[in-house]
Amino acid sequence: MKRVIETREVAGQSPNYLLARLRDLVDWAVNASRANSLWPMPFGTACCAIEFMATAASRYDFARFGMERQAFSPRQADVLICAGRLPFKLAPVIRRIYDQMPQPKWVISMGACASTGGIFDNYAMVQGIDTVVPVDVYVPGCPPRPEGLLYGILLLHKKIKGESLFDRVPRREEQPLDARGLRLPPAEIDELSEPFGNSVQQFRSA
Amino acid sequence: MNPSVEALRAAFGDAIGRAVESCGDTIVYVARERLRDVMRWLRDTPGQEYDYLVDLTAVEYRDRERPLEVVYNLRALRRGADLRVKVELDPRGELEVDSVVPVWQGANWLEREVFDMFGIRFRGHPDLRRILMWETYAEGHPLRKDFPLRGRFSRAEQVRQALAANPEAHYSMEELSIAAAYDELPADMRERLRRGERGRVPDGA
Repeated sequence: MKRVIETREVAGQSPNYLLARLRDLVDWAVNASRANSLWPMPFGTACCAIEFMATAASRYDFARFGMERQAFSPRQADVLICAGRLPFKLAPVIRRIYDQMPQPKWVISMGACASTGGIFDNYAMVQGIDTVVPVDVYVPGCPPRPEGLLYGILLLHKKIKGESLFDRVPRREEQPLDARGLRLPPAEIDELSEPFGNSVQQFRSA
Repeated sequence: MNPSVEALRAAFGDAIGRAVESCGDTIVYVARERLRDVMRWLRDTPGQEYDYLVDLTAVEYRDRERPLEVVYNLRALRRGADLRVKVELDPRGELEVDSVVPVWQGANWLEREVFDMFGIRFRGHPDLRRILMWETYAEGHPLRKDFPLRGRFSRAEQVRQALAANPEAHYSMEELSIAAAYDELPADMRERLRRGERGRVPDGA
């Protein structure tokens, strides 16, 4: 609120003006509503989904942040949480779920495997879901503890609250697949999928 | 040593190869031409009664000279006896063996998995399609030793092919249990199921 509304003081009197720009007020109201009622679409494929469930359950309880209603239907969801590794066979599935979600929508990539492929640097696994859908927040960990996921959700809140309805550029790009059927140029996907850590010891042909 | 081995030798003679004992389990090698006869005999003969196919899998060894093996783990539920049957396949020849689906229905998906991962074909299998990888997967058979760990194509090409796959086409109508309801489905869905929408299945897969 402090950022949006400023007070003006007239000499000798208590603050008696409230000034605000209408667009800031609108942004503040819209963003606060969006950030505080994110409906998650859980896409749980592996052990991260267990931590995700722990985060949803009573001890950590992400309902505190307005995520009370988990939308198991993409049409009623705001944030896609990919919890776990994504095999190539599921790539068209998560892409379709993402396409079916209405704007505005956000994506959290939960855990090492969803973010980078993790230890699964092999023929079956997508090396980071950002080669398939745009990602807003990456939560590291294998799997991340519930605190980690909550921190990621709060980061997403921060990101949402910094957005503006009045930006000239489309606020969030849809990022549809191009003529090749890819979200990014092939060279970029190859670069994102490069081996790292222990995987670099392993030759492609091995 | 499991007494079934001696009984097998008496019944099939030369078709039964060497038998070894490993960790308390008996492994018997069978000629692939007689495989289905041997299996049916093991299931139906009184005193054998191996009525349960626990698992069916395959092995390729790092030594390129060694043949591939198809492994059948059998169990006689009433007698509590186990037997492991192996068939050797020369990797330079045709990787083909008789299907045991006519003997044990449960072999259906197990043989599909072995076909998917090793490229071993099962003669007489009712529905020999890939089961783990999608049907239009074109990179080969991942568990073969000559298959590179990260696949044959670049990552971008792998992503492109994966995204081009139709997620609904992984299942046949029978698997979706909607064959009986075919006439009641929406027209567009009927049309898609009729055409299969599987995409092009690569040659030699």
